[in-house]
Amino acid sequence: MFIKLEPRGEASRSMSYLSPLLAGLLTLVSGGIFFAFLGHDPIEALRIFLIAPVEDLYGFGELCVKAAPIMLCAIGLAVAFKAQVWNIGAEGQLLMGGLLASAVALQLMDVESFWALPLVLLSGMLGGGLWGLLAAWLRTRFNANEILTTIMFNYIALYLLLYFVHGSFKDPDGYGFPASAMFGDSSLLPILLEDTRMHIGILFALLAVVVIWVMLSRSFIGFQIKVLGLDSNAAKLAGFKHKRLVAVVMIISGALAGLAGAGEVAGPIGQLIPSISPGYGYAAIIVAFLGRLHPVGIFFASMLMALIYLGGELAQIELNLPLAVTSLFQGMLLFYLLACDVFINFKIKFNRPQISATLENS
Amino acid sequence: MKQSVKKLLTGAVLGLSLATAGIAQAADPLKIGFVYVGPVGDHGWSYQHDQGRLAVEKHFGDKVETTFVESVPEGADAERVIRNLAKSGNDLIFTTSFGYMNPTLKVAKTFKKVKFEHATGYKTAKNAGNYLSKTFEGRYVAGFVAAKMTKSNKIGYIASFPIPEVIRDINTVQLALKKYNPKAEMKIIWVNSWFDPGKEADAANVMIDQGVDVILQHTDSPAAMQAAERRGVYAVGQASDMSSFGPKAHLMSVVDDWAALYIRKTQEVMDGTWKPENYWGGMAEKDIIIPAFTNMPAEVATEAQQLVDDITSGKFFPFTGPIKNQAGEIKVKAGERMPLNELVGIKWYVEGVQATAPQ
Repeated sequence: MFIKLEPRGEASRSMSYLSPLLAGLLTLVSGGIFFAFLGHDPIEALRIFLIAPVEDLYGFGELCVKAAPIMLCAIGLAVAFKAQVWNIGAEGQLLMGGLLASAVALQLMDVESFWALPLVLLSGMLGGGLWGLLAAWLRTRFNANEILTTIMFNYIALYLLLYFVHGSFKDPDGYGFPASAMFGDSSLLPILLEDTRMHIGILFALLAVVVIWVMLSRSFIGFQIKVLGLDSNAAKLAGFKHKRLVAVVMIISGALAGLAGAGEVAGPIGQLIPSISPGYGYAAIIVAFLGRLHPVGIFFASMLMALIYLGGELAQIELNLPLAVTSLFQGMLLFYLLACDVFINFKIKFNRPQISATLENS
Repeated sequence: MKQSVKKLLTGAVLGLSLATAGIAQAADPLKIGFVYVGPVGDHGWSYQHDQGRLAVEKHFGDKVETTFVESVPEGADAERVIRNLAKSGNDLIFTTSFGYMNPTLKVAKTFKKVKFEHATGYKTAKNAGNYLSKTFEGRYVAGFVAAKMTKSNKIGYIASFPIPEVIRDINTVQLALKKYNPKAEMKIIWVNSWFDPGKEADAANVMIDQGVDVILQHTDSPAAMQAAERRGVYAVGQASDMSSFGPKAHLMSVVDDWAALYIRKTQEVMDGTWKPENYWGGMAEKDIIIPAFTNMPAEVATEAQQLVDDITSGKFFPFTGPIKNQAGEIKVKAGERMPLNELVGIKWYVEGVQATAPQ
């Protein structure tokens, strides 16, 4: 008996819906076994991991707080990836967005105008967008591989941020510690639900998901992006402006990451600090592919990613599980999700060795 | 009439339940939560805090119940973790990194009955205190040992970020070098991280290539100690006792011992005597200890131990004038001691330090 993977002629529709369910089931079962081995009640452990984080309103708010920056970065990345522009620099674009937004917010400390917040957010988008554009220019002008340049720009952005937060942006009353003053109220994102930290950033993320969805599926520019991604020669033949398209996708992708950065400093953090992102820009790469570069998929993938982060923390608090165990569980879930994708494009065949038959035929 | 009987009854029931609640509370263990910035296995900063937690458990037995959350990023996540610890019934919460300061205070505002203790910050509230250790006392002894042990007269200092604590400790090493070996110079490499074994090892190797033969570190992993061991130079450990990582390289370690402080704070919360304070403890309070002097001649070790004893008794204070800044201006007059409230936020380097102070 051999197990053989046979390519399907065309991706299976039912499997593309079933595979995430299958992955979920496999994770629950093996997670349960895993927790039982560690001496915990498997049902209770899974409940703490997956349900307890969102049991109350505060928890739900936290899910949105955590998911918003990931979703914004991931949906932006999806646009670039669709065009086969490999932007690995969402983290740097997020940091530049946060940096520029902070620069503006610190100028507007005592301004009590409605326009303060939009200005802060727009400068965040500008910071991220320009940072993305820089990589696009290097690619179209000098043919520099954007995977490498965007990775390196991540470090430059981080050190620029550190330079300012240790330098001129430092709170003058902060005893020399690397953190800016707390922003003025007019520069902070309003809270959506009282007694939670859920801010309007999640609405921006949802809006971005919808807008990008419409853009990719209905607009001419979306069509151009998809053609560029599928076959750059065809795009050239059709007369699409290659350089402009690369610049556009990098600006969109960077601006959305920049907005995520602005949303962090003007949202739950409320000031510029050395570590405004625990790697959202990198997590977003996983999320973008987990969501199969589709806006709806990305919505669910970011929510799931946020949930397993929160569950990991609660498992430490409630079950005294070490971080390594929670990371292992998270890794298991991602592994199953990606592994089950095999069934979308392949089907499994069990068959006997047919060596003799083939020999006879030849 | 009926109404009042009902009221009386509810009153009685309420009173009874309150009373039993009181009894239940007395029997319940005190729950203590800890938030760590690194993994507990970093063999440095977070590891030492966890040793403090274990000491509390050992000291109080089943009268306490502790939990910790490790590797909590200092961004938007910290507030949630601290809040979840408060929500799950912890009575005392230690948040052990500078970046947790504002999140700690935000949560403290909502959970007024919970006591918070934040390490290395400067803000307090009615139910939130902060604490710090005088690492510079240990670092001065390290400076003395380095001054005596270097043959190339080049000392290396692996620094994390230019915050007051690091500036203060670089200064104190420079003061010791000036006093005990004026020919020695100190090279500083910033790794912009508290815990990055790769970068720390790189920094150590670069320094050794430049002729440095004693490495001091203000970062938390034992990577520099291991590099020193491989390359046959000396090193001073930080935060935890790193002697096992460099049997031949290790001179001494400046160890943060949080046990005494954590046990005291726990006791205070149990007794109801806890008050928020700006606590800064050093050798006298047993918060900074130097477990052993190794790989050095007996007379150096004896003199170093004498320094420790003098600092502990208060006979000697590392920041005693005359102290000049890099421009050569007198900042502390001869014989005077620099006041602690100035040391807390120090932003300038003493004469001889080869680095630019942050603006």
